Amino acid sequence: MATLEIKKLSRLFGDTRAVDDLSLTIGDGELVCLLGPSGSGKSTVLRMIGGFEEPTAGSILIDGQDVTRVPPERRPTGMVFQSHALWAHMDVFANVAFGLKLRRLPKDEIHQRVNASLATVGLEGFGARKTTQLSGGQQQRVALARSLVLEPKILLLDEPFASLDQHLRERLREEVREIQRRVGITMVFVTHGQDEALAIADRIAVMRDGRLEQLSRPDRLYRQPQTEFVAGFVGQMNLLRGAVRSNVMTAAGIDLPVTLADGLATLALRPEDIALERRSGDRGAEVTRVTDFGTHLSIEVKTRCEHRLKIMAQPGTGWSTGMRAELSAHNFAIYRDGKLCFMPQPGSAQSSVAA
Amino acid sequence: MSVRELRQAGLAGIGSSRIRANWAGIAIAALLSLFILTPLVNVAIWAFTEVWRYPAVIPQKFGFRFWADVLSRGDVHLAMTTSLSLAAIVTALSALICLPASYAFARLNFPGRNLFFMSFLTVYAFPKFGLYITIATIFLGLGLIGNFWGVVLIQLVSTLMFMVWIPVSAFQNVDRRQEEAARDVGASQLRVFWSITLPQVLPAISAAVLLTFVNTFYETEVAWLIGAPEVRTVPLLMVRFINSELVVQYGAVLSLLLWVPSFILLMLVRRFLGAQALGRALGA
Ligand SMILES: Nc1ncnc2c1ncn2[C@@H]1O[C@H](COP(=O)(O)OP(=O)(O)O)[C@@H](O)[C@H]1O
Ligand SMILES: [Mg+2]
Repeated sequence: MATLEIKKLSRLFGDTRAVDDLSLTIGDGELVCLLGPSGSGKSTVLRMIGGFEEPTAGSILIDGQDVTRVPPERRPTGMVFQSHALWAHMDVFANVAFGLKLRRLPKDEIHQRVNASLATVGLEGFGARKTTQLSGGQQQRVALARSLVLEPKILLLDEPFASLDQHLRERLREEVREIQRRVGITMVFVTHGQDEALAIADRIAVMRDGRLEQLSRPDRLYRQPQTEFVAGFVGQMNLLRGAVRSNVMTAAGIDLPVTLADGLATLALRPEDIALERRSGDRGAEVTRVTDFGTHLSIEVKTRCEHRLKIMAQPGTGWSTGMRAELSAHNFAIYRDGKLCFMPQPGSAQSSVAA
Repeated sequence: MSVRELRQAGLAGIGSSRIRANWAGIAIAALLSLFILTPLVNVAIWAFTEVWRYPAVIPQKFGFRFWADVLSRGDVHLAMTTSLSLAAIVTALSALICLPASYAFARLNFPGRNLFFMSFLTVYAFPKFGLYITIATIFLGLGLIGNFWGVVLIQLVSTLMFMVWIPVSAFQNVDRRQEEAARDVGASQLRVFWSITLPQVLPAISAAVLLTFVNTFYETEVAWLIGAPEVRTVPLLMVRFINSELVVQYGAVLSLLLWVPSFILLMLVRRFLGAQALGRALGA
């Protein structure tokens, strides 16, 4: 049972607001990803939770207890660093055992728990290795075991797999997810990769310039981005500047019915929410590029008014460069001043069109 | 540079240049050895010579007579005691003062930190002897000339270089994340220093300590300037033997004796640290 409450947390470095008035509550056994571009304050949040950075304002509560001023060695948190931070002068066993030795546990118990922990991360029998004799992935596993062995209430991971290759990264994050489910530990996972966040998180907190942009389940984050920033940051999105007049949003030659006051607005269209219909002659938009990914076609089109859009289509639909097409959209979102202001009700009449 | 290194460097080249590099390497190594070894061999021979008259290439008579002579002299015993205690006291004091200071320089941020650190180093930019003359003048007023503690004090100044610079860079090289990881698993700050930081800087600190000891032990000019004539270290005694005694062998025996401590220390370093670790510690 471990919940984490962050209340109005801020951290200044000189004039830089690394974290700005951030509030967040994480439930027991939940895996929350902090997602955001580099420099958005993710690490600073994590380091404040771990006790390595003192908040300028705000408080942090674990299981209802205020730990804001508690030093890291007395917090019930475990941290896995991006650089693994294994102790190079100790072997794998000693790295994992160090925390248990500090707790003065009996030798047998230390042995048994270290081995169990190494087994959990798939490194049975690696105890006698030097840390420098391990691959990058194995080093991160040891770092994970070193934290897990102490059974922290909350596990913090700061882009733990960022330096590994794609394949290994995917495998390790699945393993982490699996371990998290099995152990039932509360986890905060920092990443700048949206794939990673969408793949493992129960909820995702998107950060930008030290502020919390949106906190949602992955599917909601993808389908209902509450801000223009999130819309552009999570998944592929066509963002088109345009205007609303008489309840019609016009952008890039596409007209869509809305219920909004007149004025400038931004239209957001997912590539998979745009349908293409072939046109002859020189009507419609021009297909400028087609890439076949096997599972789908990625098509780039140029509208008459020179806007470029990305569209996803079924494979084998026979699109090729130079063809002309008309666009229509089933789902879209409109943003004003960066905030979501209109989205058609699901099932409501779709609309179109004319590029 | 060793022959092997030269050969390895040569191997990196291509084709025929490889062979030439090898020969060049061997030639250079041979020349260097000749250059370094000839005087050493000469001294070593003299130390075991009883009779060696001019035109002969090899001494007429070898023996240990002068070893017995030198080792039974009271002034040699005294000088050995003086030198060893001087080096030991200076090294200990220097470590006591400089190691905490270097940790502070590496880790803490305090006003005037950079200025203070630079002032340590600029001492070494001055022509040394000039600086020591100035200090000597001050010491004269304080009655520290010809005084053992005067020599300790001035040697202490000249060791700052090793005892601050090397440990500072060693402390700076310790990964802060590793220290944080240790606190994360429950270690207090003191424990982190003891179990994580110290083991990683130990090779560098040992190197600094050894350099300080050896340097102090062999230092001549300053010891002479401040210590003479009352404080007589082994190197000073040797200089006197060479300058004023007609018997060459006294100087030669003493030189060989002087190699002993540095040789032992070198072996200790190699044994406990390994050549690689020492190189790394010194930033080579
Ligand atoms: N120790 C520090 N001193 C000064 N500025 C810092 C420090 N740590 C982080 N920052 C600044 O705070 C901001 C957020 O940094 P960080 O939390 O590392 O972002 P992220 O992990 O999302 O990339 C950045 O602008 C960074 O330059
Ligand atoms: Mg970061």
